[in-house]
This record gives sequence, C-alpha cells and structure tokens, in this order.
Amino acid sequence: MLTYTIRRLVLAIPTLLFISLVIFLLLELAPGDPMAQVPLTVPPEVKEKMRLALGLGEPTHIRFLKWMWQFFVVEPMMFFDWLFGTALAEGQQRVLSWQFRSPVMDVIVQRMPQTLWVVAMSYVVGILIALPIGIYSAYRQYSVFDQTGTFVTMVGYSVPPFFSGVLVIVIFSVQLGWLPSIYDTTLVVVDWATFKQQLMQMVMPVMVLALQTTAQISRFMRASMLDNLNQDYVRTARAKGLSEWSVIMVHVLRNSMIPVVTVIALGVPSIFGGAIITEQIFKVNGLGQLLITAIEANDLPMVQTVTFIIAVLIVFFNIVADVLYGVLDPRIRYD
Amino acid sequence: MTDAPDPKPIAALADKGPTAPPRSQWRDVWDQFKTHRGALAGGIVLLFIIVTVFVGPYLWPYDATFIDIRARNQGPSLTHPFGTDQLGRDMLARMMAGGQTSIAVGLTAMLLALGLGSLIGVLAGFFRRLDGPLMRLTDLFLSLPLLPLLLVMVLLFRETLSGILGPETGIFILIVVAIGVTSWMPTARIVRGDVLALKEREFILAARSIGTTNYNLITRHILPNVMSPIMVSATLGIANAIITESALSFLGLGFPPDFPTWGRLLNDATQYLQDYPERVFWPGLAISLTVLSINYMGDGLRDALDPRIRGR
Repeated sequence: MLTYTIRRLVLAIPTLLFISLVIFLLLELAPGDPMAQVPLTVPPEVKEKMRLALGLGEPTHIRFLKWMWQFFVVEPMMFFDWLFGTALAEGQQRVLSWQFRSPVMDVIVQRMPQTLWVVAMSYVVGILIALPIGIYSAYRQYSVFDQTGTFVTMVGYSVPPFFSGVLVIVIFSVQLGWLPSIYDTTLVVVDWATFKQQLMQMVMPVMVLALQTTAQISRFMRASMLDNLNQDYVRTARAKGLSEWSVIMVHVLRNSMIPVVTVIALGVPSIFGGAIITEQIFKVNGLGQLLITAIEANDLPMVQTVTFIIAVLIVFFNIVADVLYGVLDPRIRYD
Repeated sequence: MTDAPDPKPIAALADKGPTAPPRSQWRDVWDQFKTHRGALAGGIVLLFIIVTVFVGPYLWPYDATFIDIRARNQGPSLTHPFGTDQLGRDMLARMMAGGQTSIAVGLTAMLLALGLGSLIGVLAGFFRRLDGPLMRLTDLFLSLPLLPLLLVMVLLFRETLSGILGPETGIFILIVVAIGVTSWMPTARIVRGDVLALKEREFILAARSIGTTNYNLITRHILPNVMSPIMVSATLGIANAIITESALSFLGLGFPPDFPTWGRLLNDATQYLQDYPERVFWPGLAISLTVLSINYMGDGLRDALDPRIRGR
C-alpha cells in the first residue's frame, strides 16, 4: 500500500508539470496587454523597462521556468519563513499579481478563509444530510420516502446553482427579508450578535451548495446500500438474531461506505470549481471570485496560479480516493 | 427411379413458426421505456419545450429584439404573458429565442463530445498499442480544472473568433468547441470498457476469421454494440452542455448581451433582482425543467437499453 501511494505521488509530478505547461501555453495566447492601461504620456523606453520589470521581456520557456521556480521553490520557502521566522526567501522574486501589484500567494491566503468557510461548511452539511437520506431510501426501497427522495435528488442535479442561488435570494432576502443577500467578508466574529450575523449570511450559500452535494452523494449512498442489502452476509446477520439496527448500521453501512467515501474524496476539488458561480452570486470574495476578476482583468499570473492550485487539488484528491479505496476494502490490492 | 411417395410429415416434429410477429430490438426498448413514467413525462415535457421554442416564434407576434421603450418593465399581462424587460422587449419572445440558442448549443456540443469520446474510446479499446497513451490523455483531461479553463478559453478566443466569423457564429462555435473538448472523457472511458469486453467475444473472432478489416469490424460489429452506453451519455451530455453554456452566459462570458440565451436572460434579470424579482423565474425554470426532463429520459433510457432489466 505504501509503495503504491509513493508510486502514485511520484507519477503525479509529471502530470502536474504537464498541466501547468498546458495552462501556461493557453494563457500565452492571450491577446491582452498588461501595459494597455499605462498612459500614453509615458515614454516608450520607460514602458519597455516596466515591461521588463513585469518579467515580460523573456522568451516563453524562460518565463515558464521562472514561474515554476517561483511557485515550487520560492513560495514554499516563504511559507517556511513564515512558520519558523527564518529568512530563506529574502530578496527572492515571487509570483506577482498584475492587478494587485503584490505577491499572488498573499492574495490567495487572504481569500482562502472565505472559500473554506462557505464551501467546506456546505460540503459537510451536504454529506450529513445525504447519508441518512441514502440509507433510509435504500432500506425502504420504492416507498413514498424513496420516491420523494429520488425526485428531490433529480431536482438537485438539474437545478443549476445560478438559478437556485438567485431563487433563494428572491425568496429569503427580497420577499421575506430574513437573510442578507450579500456576504459581508469584513465581519469579524467577536460576540454573540456578530456570530449570529455570520451564521445568517452563510445560510444561503451553504444551502445552495449543499443541495448539489446532497443530490449526488445520497444517490451514491442509496445505490451502494442496495448492492449490499441483498448479500448473503446480511441474511446471516439477521439469522444470528442481531437487531435490525445493528444489521443495517453496523454490517451493511460499513460495507456500503467504501465507494461513498471515495466519491466524497473525489468531490472535494470539484466543489472549489462549482463554488465559482455560487461565490459570484452571493458576492463572497473567495477564491472563485478571485479567479473570475483575475480573468476579467487579464491578470495572467493570478489566473495561472489559481487554476494550477485547483489542478493540484484535483490530482491530490484523486490519489487520496484511490488509496482510501485500497485501505478500506481489503479485497482491493494494488500490487 | 422409385416413385415412392414422400414420407408423411409427422406433426409433432414439424418446425413451429414463431407465434408472434418478429420484433425489432428498438421496439423492445421503446416498450420498456414506456413503462418508466418519469422518463415518459420527461420526454413529453422536452418535446413540448423544443416545439414551443422552435415553432413558437413563427406564431408569436413580437420579435425578440423589438424594442418598445414605452412598454418597459411591465408585469405579466395578456399582451406580454411573461412581462417585458428594461428595454420593453417581450420576455416570451426572448425566452423562445434564448431557448433556440441554448438547445442548439447543447445538441451540437453533445455531438462533438460524443464523437470525440466514442472515437477515443473505440481506438483505445480496440488497438492495444493506443490504449496506454489515450487513457493517460483521458486521465490528464479529467484532472484539468475544467470550469476555470473554459472561462479562460472563452475569454481568450472570443475577440479573435468573433472578428473572423462575426460575433454570433464565432461565439457559438467557440462555446460549442470549448464545451465539447472538455466533456468527452466519461464517454471515452465507458466506451473503452465496453469495447475491451466485446473484443473477446466469439462473434468478433468469427468476423476476424473471415477476413473482416479493422474498419469494418469497428463500424459493423463494435459500434452497434456500444450504442446503448453512447446513447445514455448523449442524454447526460446535452444536460451538461446546456448547464455549462448557461453558466458561462451567467458569468457574462457567453454570448453578446443583445443575443438572448437562457443563461444570459437570467444574468440580465439578476441585475433587476430588487425591483423585478419575478423576472429571474422563467429563464431559470426553463433551464431547470429542460435539464430535469433530459435527466429523467436518460434514466429511463438506461433502464430500457439494459437487457437484464428489460424482461422484467
């Protein structure tokens, strides 16, 4: 298992390098000029110097290698410095954002908490709702509960977040006036009142994202439970005289969780992608919103870095899912 | 020459002709499909939406781009059942025009993704030498962050393409290609798996033994047998493409503002959310209803095309 994990991690390196190259080359084709906003009164030789200062003077492959050096060496060194107060990265050039004129990583670190709060919370809420629904609708297959559950999950699949998000805004903020439609990121939780306010503004984005998560995962849970409920070992467990609760919740559930856990792991990065739209609707200034504004402002280093971070997440969680599958299911051996 | 009479046929040994007239496979599939109530309802709703969207504009008196500034921001009435927008354009006409684009994008992007996916899946499953590289390519595409890349692609190439082909055709082609290129991977994987299993069957061996060329083997024997997974992923592909196009339009990176699609209408309506909240309802409902009915149809189709379920 350990050798398998190490092999996968090593194999992930060329994949990630290739992905970063693809993103870089795609952005290389961008028609926009970061110097377009500079006033015409600036003389051409000064403009040329500014261009060089942005790192635009070099040929493509040199710039790609420089970006890689900055991303894989300088930024981890900065992180190390920040952790232990050393000065390894002193004076090193970092990945600079064109629109913020500051290191890309600093901006990402500022935006990360908002995304993590809203997205991670909604993922957890979605899973917590999905599991009982999946278990119960498999246990009572074709019952009213199951039929309703199937319909609701179908709706959850089909209603895109940019409609469900707008719909809940119309209902809860415009009509009823219960919840704020804009996520206030400057809010600092210090006491009960601000905590309540934070909770109120998180309800709607979490609801929208959780609907999608719930739809997918409860479907998987139900299918996986159904596969296991007809197995012989379930009959044996019942024949032994175990209570229904321990048959379902101990014997069947533990076996059914194996594929569901991997699906949950695989879904983590896609939630970051899906959150792009939800963040845009509720004006959460998280990573997704950062990416959209960077794309609109032609801020190529920012787009490159954020997209690549999402790619890293996807590759990493793919490996996590495969390894988890092997760990949880003794029938599967990667050798 | 003996002229002995032919032996009398024994009744019990005579071949029994089939009692029922022969049935085609597709007839069976249709019969099973009919029993899935959700799928049937989905099909009817989808048909209704498609007919309304493509035939409706010929019957409806208002044009989607006709501006009647005096009748702007009206609520639902008999002349304008869905109301009018901020420039006095009839919302029903705009919904129909938007639906044409959204459904056309969904269909073409699905065809492209399906073509690419089936091609790569069949090649990877059939030729062992191509299997490794093509499947690595599929894995690579699966680990790309698709929505960000789509946004980047659309932003980078929209100016260039709309310069060459005109704003509408250019963006249509761009969006269809972008969606198609980023959504063929599931189809390729499913098709490859099926082809790998089919390749070991006797009828392929028999076909090969009489000297069938690889091309004929694929087109006559393999492709018809992998039709059912392809059809199921086709339905899911349309739904996916419609949602992606709407998402792009919603983020303001899709079609130009005066060119309605459902996502674009929803985006326009959100800007007037405070004053006219009812305006977001129709485009959103249209997208959701279309996707929901397509998903139900896909569900029914999957059951109908599975011979293990069909008999029951």
